Amino acid sequence: MMFQDYIFYIFAAILLFAGLRVITARNPVHAALFLVLAFFTAAGIWLLLEAEFLAIVLVLVYVGAVMVLFLFVVMMLDINLDKLREGFWEYLPMAGFIGVLMAAEMVMILGSKNFGVDRVGAPPPKPADYSNTAELGRVLYSDYLLTFELAAVVLLVAIIAAIALTLRDRKDTKFIDPADQVKVKRADRIRMVSMPAFKEPLEQDAADNTEPKDKA
Amino acid sequence: MSNIFSDLITALPEIFVLGMAMFILLLDLFLKPSQRGLIFWLSQLTLAGAATITVITHTPAVSYAFNGMFVDDPMADALKVMTYIGTAMMFVYTRHYLSLRGMFRGEYYALVLFAMVGMMVMISGQNFLTLYMGLELLSLCLYALVALDRDNPRATEAAMKYFVLGALASGMLLYGMSMMYGATGSLNIAEVGESLMQGAPTYSMLILGLVFIVAGLAFKLGAVPFQMWVPDVYHGSPTAMTMLIGSVPKLAAFAMVIRLLVQGLYVVAVDWQGMLVIMAVLSIAIGNVAAIAQTNIKRMLAYSTISHIGFLLFGLMSASMNGFASSMFYVSAYVLMTLAGFGMILLLSRQGFEAENLDDLKGLNQRSPWNAFLMLIVMFSMAGVPPTLGFYAKFTVLQAALEAGFVGLVIFAVLMAAVGAFYYLRVVKLMYFDEPQDTSPIDAPTGMRVMLSVNAIGLLVLGLMPQALMGISAYAMFYSIQ
Repeated sequence: MMFQDYIFYIFAAILLFAGLRVITARNPVHAALFLVLAFFTAAGIWLLLEAEFLAIVLVLVYVGAVMVLFLFVVMMLDINLDKLREGFWEYLPMAGFIGVLMAAEMVMILGSKNFGVDRVGAPPPKPADYSNTAELGRVLYSDYLLTFELAAVVLLVAIIAAIALTLRDRKDTKFIDPADQVKVKRADRIRMVSMPAFKEPLEQDAADNTEPKDKA
Repeated sequence: MSNIFSDLITALPEIFVLGMAMFILLLDLFLKPSQRGLIFWLSQLTLAGAATITVITHTPAVSYAFNGMFVDDPMADALKVMTYIGTAMMFVYTRHYLSLRGMFRGEYYALVLFAMVGMMVMISGQNFLTLYMGLELLSLCLYALVALDRDNPRATEAAMKYFVLGALASGMLLYGMSMMYGATGSLNIAEVGESLMQGAPTYSMLILGLVFIVAGLAFKLGAVPFQMWVPDVYHGSPTAMTMLIGSVPKLAAFAMVIRLLVQGLYVVAVDWQGMLVIMAVLSIAIGNVAAIAQTNIKRMLAYSTISHIGFLLFGLMSASMNGFASSMFYVSAYVLMTLAGFGMILLLSRQGFEAENLDDLKGLNQRSPWNAFLMLIVMFSMAGVPPTLGFYAKFTVLQAALEAGFVGLVIFAVLMAAVGAFYYLRVVKLMYFDEPQDTSPIDAPTGMRVMLSVNAIGLLVLGLMPQALMGISAYAMFYSIQ
């Protein structure tokens, strides 16, 4: 075995362990952190496969952005673990049986019998100046242009859907449109009332006013 | 990249609808609620424009675009035109219902048009990736549309169920596609077909992939044993959204089945034939028997959908040109019947009242004889009573299955259709022989009433003269599948 093989097996073992812990960890925050570990080791395996760009993107996008956001959400939610795990033992025999069956089938088919190096063949080594990123960019904008654009549309729909489902016109909001604020004219705010600076007191008032003075 | 213009012209209907959807979304921001009618008419105009483009650019020849990722063949054109017609009818039916429930918003129209782009891409997908992206675009819009009535807990629950099971189905489909890629080394459907023709690479791997692909497709179609989501989602969604889920997307799902199983994996037809046989038989049996027990009309129509999908699979499992053409005929007939059926439910709903239970149909004949007659036609058509369209659709599908040698299964299907007739005719009995529980007048705009009349009478007329639709189906299949 070469050095790279050892690295691969170490990464693979960590990846499997982390993946298992994601679904078995009691604390959702721990589960999310194990998912970060799983992504990180998967990125390591991709590096071994010489897919540098994908490896870095996996770390940047998934570990750096998606999972951090996810962690915040998990921390903010008040998750009742006991309620979530209700019925776990009840479903375990059936689910476990199906899981083991599927795993066995996949081992039978995905083993080295069908995917061994003798059948598929190792890819030819790339020259030193081969740029994984440039190649990906080239096919993304030429061969896979249509699917790339469609992915953009899917993301647009996701934005529209998220806004349509969460945006509410709240009646109690104190928000003021700045445009309306700027457009305000003086006439909208103050009413000019013509009033003499000095007003002759009426006869009656004058009489009323003088009376208390006399009393005092 | 010199041929990008010819690529763009091949995909012109999609680009047009996409552009209009974005325009409508933006325009909606500048409109007052009282001007929303403009959005409605603009959406209809979009559909008309797309139909014009599709018809004008139609040729019997098959043309590929975007490095073989996208195909424009007669089947794609025919199914796209049917999609436009179905969507336009749906817009007419749902307008009043939506405006009464505060959902008559620009987002609804934009999302439906985006969903339609997804369907069009599915119909024209010639690559596993394109098909998958189209499917995701469609599904994402549908999840959001079901949840659009966000203060309704039932709709939210339905959206959640739909989303989780839909994601599971997408995962299965993707896994199957990845197996196919492993087995054949290509994602392009034509190349996959060719490489399989030259000799099976690894049979077991191919079959594992096939199982996952068929399971994913069955999930999306709602065939037994992957039907669990159908009744719940149909029941929980606002009726306008149920109408959308139940009708036009089935055209796209049918196209996807043809692209994947027939154009891509025809070499292993014997294997998928067996799977489809099991699903077809179970769908017809469970759909028809479970529908009898329903008291909610939306649930009843959901189980009826499952049985219709069973009949659709009968045509597909024949794996013959005749079978595919009759399946296409069946799916278009199904869309027209579903639109009319849900159209009637929408017609009977009013402000603050959802016509959902079978009891709401009681004595419809006394309240409105004409609408009762229309519903009679729809129910007869769904049951497959001659001379309606539903009869002819079932007849051609079963005929194709008979030609393929499935004599026992055809007899079984006919028996099950007779069982199914029970619950359709029960609706007729409720309408004509029971006293109405609800005597309030039917409140619906004229456009919707006219649409329903045209739709239901259309079922009768097309049933008497099915040659045109059958001719289109046969033509589309003949020129699209080599």
